[in-house]
Amino acid sequence: MTYEFHWNVVFQKMPELLNGAFVTLHVSVLAMLLGIVIAILLAIAKMNNSKPFCYVATAWVETARNTPALFQIYMAYFGLGAFGIHLSPYVAVLSALVFINAGYLTETFRGGFQSIPSTQYSASKSLGMNSIQVYRYIILPQMLRRIYHPMTNQFVWSILMSSLGILVGMSELSGTTQRLQSLSFRTLEFFIVAAVMYFIITKLVLISSSLLSRKLFRGEI
Amino acid sequence: MNSLFTPLSWNDTGFILTGVMNTVTISVLAIVLGTVLGLIVGFIRAESNKLVNMLFGGLLDVLRSVPLIIQLVLFSTFVGAAGIPLDPFVAGSIVLSLYTMAFMSEVFRSGFESVPVSMQTAARSLGMNHWQTIYHIRLPIGLRAVFPSWLGVALSVIKDSALVSVIGYMELLRTSEQLISRTQQPLEILIGVGIFYFIISYPLSSYGRYVERKMAI
Repeated sequence: MTYEFHWNVVFQKMPELLNGAFVTLHVSVLAMLLGIVIAILLAIAKMNNSKPFCYVATAWVETARNTPALFQIYMAYFGLGAFGIHLSPYVAVLSALVFINAGYLTETFRGGFQSIPSTQYSASKSLGMNSIQVYRYIILPQMLRRIYHPMTNQFVWSILMSSLGILVGMSELSGTTQRLQSLSFRTLEFFIVAAVMYFIITKLVLISSSLLSRKLFRGEI
Repeated sequence: MNSLFTPLSWNDTGFILTGVMNTVTISVLAIVLGTVLGLIVGFIRAESNKLVNMLFGGLLDVLRSVPLIIQLVLFSTFVGAAGIPLDPFVAGSIVLSLYTMAFMSEVFRSGFESVPVSMQTAARSLGMNHWQTIYHIRLPIGLRAVFPSWLGVALSVIKDSALVSVIGYMELLRTSEQLISRTQQPLEILIGVGIFYFIISYPLSSYGRYVERKMAI
């Protein structure tokens, strides 16, 4: 192997890479928050008896779950252009991630909600709680415990999938890496550093999530 | 004046079909290789001691926490720099199979560990030897339990195979991208591609949910 590694080039560009990593975190946190809000609405719509809402929610969930993430991003970036909507790479990746997160989380929320037997609702009612109290003290705490891990996984997944921004010229971690390596031709070095940074980010997220879960659920999980 | 762009026509069918075939080929290859390797690694991990487990676990963890797209670029650049440039198809299948293996091994490990020890003890007391216990008891029972998860991983591999386009493999999404730059009709082409993925993925995922529901009862 005759390849010579030049790490200096990479270390000089470290601030830019860190900035890219920040954008990666930024877009995935935002995608997660918006995804959660939409998923709650979709889950309510799916469990509702009114047909039109239920159909819309089902169509959303099945499209998000059964097509590749890259397809969603292309759709947002190139496809919407046909309607005269031109999104910036950041918004395109964000909206694709929100779309997919919402789709997956809907099923998570619905499953979490339905896993709590309705008898608990009646029991709390018979103890004299009103509806808000039942949800606040009985149903939501149990639900949160069940959907916590799937939600963490979804968050990690969106961090990893935001790397697809490389294909539409977004300046998150992998996009920045791509741009810097094309300026310096140190492809291997830059991508190795990017891989290490992704690894560290996901590990930090997982560790902090398990610390938080210990604090939230006090070992009752 | 003639336009620079030509609209989509029936002559493009062959081109699109090549993309479809390539997507199917690389997905099936990655699923088969990933399943076989994952079965072996998952079995080793379920059987072996803590040290070996941690070693394997760390390695697989890297495969799971680095984005597939970075792995693809890194691997194809690395083999190029090492002086053995590989065909995009070969490089893509290797990376995709290893990536699949990382997820499959976890699925199979949990399957093997779900078989109660008492069942194995019972099998041994009936006069089966070690390998017979594995072949007749642990494999069938463990594998049946994880079938829905296996299907889930396989489906995500079909969807992730779209990423192999970054290293130049002409799979469905890349062919569509090239057609888009020629025809400037992104919406029609992309919707067609979406429908194709949906047609493959939806029946399988519904079947997975059906099996899961049946097994839960």
